[in-house]
Amino acid sequence: MGWLLALPFLIPIVAGLLALVARGRVRLARAIGLLGCVALLLVTVGIFIVVVRHGPVAAQMGNWPAPFGITLVADRLSAAMLLVAAVVGISVAVFGLADIDRRRERLGYQGFFQLLLAGVCGSFVTGDLFNLYVWFEVMLIASFALLVLGGERLQLDGGIKYVALNLVSTLLMLTAIGLVYGLTGTLNMAALHGAMAEVQQPAAINALALLLIGAFGIKAALFPLFFWLPASYHVPPVTVTAVFAGLLTKVGVYALIRTFTLIFPADLALAHELLLAMALLTMLTGVLGAAAQYEFRRILAFHIISQIGFLVLGLALFSPLALAGCIFYMVHNIVAKTNLLLISGTARRMAGSFELAQIGGLYRASPLLAALFFIAAFSLAGFPPLSGFWAKLLLVIASLEQAAYWVVAVLLVTGALTLFSMSKIWAGAFWKPHPGDGPRPLGALGAAERVQRLAPAVFLVLVTLALGLFPQPMIAFSQAAAQELLNPAGYIEVVLAGRAH
Amino acid sequence: METALAVLVGIMVATGVYLMLTANLLRYLFGLVLLSNAANLAIFAAGRLTRAVPPLIPEGLPAPAEPVANALPQAMILTAIVIGFGLLAFTLALVVRCYRELGTLDANSMRLAEPPAADGEH
Repeated sequence: MGWLLALPFLIPIVAGLLALVARGRVRLARAIGLLGCVALLLVTVGIFIVVVRHGPVAAQMGNWPAPFGITLVADRLSAAMLLVAAVVGISVAVFGLADIDRRRERLGYQGFFQLLLAGVCGSFVTGDLFNLYVWFEVMLIASFALLVLGGERLQLDGGIKYVALNLVSTLLMLTAIGLVYGLTGTLNMAALHGAMAEVQQPAAINALALLLIGAFGIKAALFPLFFWLPASYHVPPVTVTAVFAGLLTKVGVYALIRTFTLIFPADLALAHELLLAMALLTMLTGVLGAAAQYEFRRILAFHIISQIGFLVLGLALFSPLALAGCIFYMVHNIVAKTNLLLISGTARRMAGSFELAQIGGLYRASPLLAALFFIAAFSLAGFPPLSGFWAKLLLVIASLEQAAYWVVAVLLVTGALTLFSMSKIWAGAFWKPHPGDGPRPLGALGAAERVQRLAPAVFLVLVTLALGLFPQPMIAFSQAAAQELLNPAGYIEVVLAGRAH
Repeated sequence: METALAVLVGIMVATGVYLMLTANLLRYLFGLVLLSNAANLAIFAAGRLTRAVPPLIPEGLPAPAEPVANALPQAMILTAIVIGFGLLAFTLALVVRCYRELGTLDANSMRLAEPPAADGEH
């Protein structure tokens, strides 16, 4: 089993290093990158099937039994996140063939893209807190490189803000991990579940919880720690924005979920109340920020923040249904959000700008692109029967179960404002006539470029439609995953099994 | 000894945060150095400071004969130092590049990627 769990990061690391070496030969580097993405997808499908059939699986690296060695472990949440990461990886990689210019590819774009995937997948599959820190760093340094690759003035300006704030988050996380070790003597997440429960120092536990909320809150772009995101997500090529939007902040949310379901005791009232308040404020500030924007990518960037609020809300409510809603929302959101950014890239290619005031007429120029946007955007806004509707429905029911009516109110208001933003883009980019001499028709792009730009978007829209029209398997899966999170006995047993014999 | 280290870490964090809060990017870098070393020291202190022999197993024995020092925090710090150094080098290069391209180290005057300022703002 060990090799299978190591492959999700080994494949992208090998592909990334090879692609970096071969960066001067653009076609070879592209082939390596695509091969890496296909292999990653196959492996994550394999892990997903194994986990769904047999429950959580674990592997001890170097055959050091837990909790002494580094453990890799995949439960339903990890397996789903890995699979979605691979789906996003291959979609964005294909889109990047058309969107990333030759100069950036010669600077090593393909390699850094793979290393980013390695960091993301490593974070999802590790069962060790310090190892999680290392994967965060891999992801972070690759994202730094992708963000400023090309060295345009705009990129440097956004990049410095992104780097400055994310490094603070890293140091908070490192300090917190050191203190967790000092308090419990272990960093294995499964072992920490028992060790933390035995610690009789509520002040120390609360302090650590706050440190980790700070660290992961910056990564996840929670209110009031999100300011790096709108300052930087619109500066790199849209391919890079798409993969960032799909995966980076979600790794922060994933880390929060793991921390507060597995590591800390479930009755940590302070942390849960703080997370709830932050989640609601994140939802509102994100969506209000988006309402004030008139640039395609900036609107979407603020919506990333708003939707992080929904995810953390599921965690903060901390009931089986709420966590199931969180997991459903995560999968739905990653797919829809990545897709919207890919579509925004094609819209810009055709109409010439991201500024809504300077573009228009895209519905007439390409009804297909308009339909793709329509489905992804209205799924994001939570229209039945699209995937976002079911995700929000789960969260609303979970809030009603706890009689948290004001949470429901915030949920619905945020949904309505999301609809407002999406309608704004629809009206500005697709419906109203182009202010100049009309967008370039889709046919004017080369055949290869058309396929590379549209095939990933069609694929992701099909995923969104499948999740929306046949939600039952995904809801059942999310509920099973939530049960695993709330009763981590199976997870812990499979990790620490080696110790018992 | 742990208390002295804890106070030292506190001073380093305070100084580092103070430096990072100024808008000057070079000061931010110095603050970053202090903060990352404070984190390393905190891990070091969290691993408990004991007088003990290095964790080496004498030949022929399956385990060390006497209590040994905890090597794990030091291994973690070593990893963190390497990572921190890499990130610092990258950030330094980025700051230099920013200075060359944008002509300033003042973060407040870097507004290229921001929406245009409304009237009355700077």
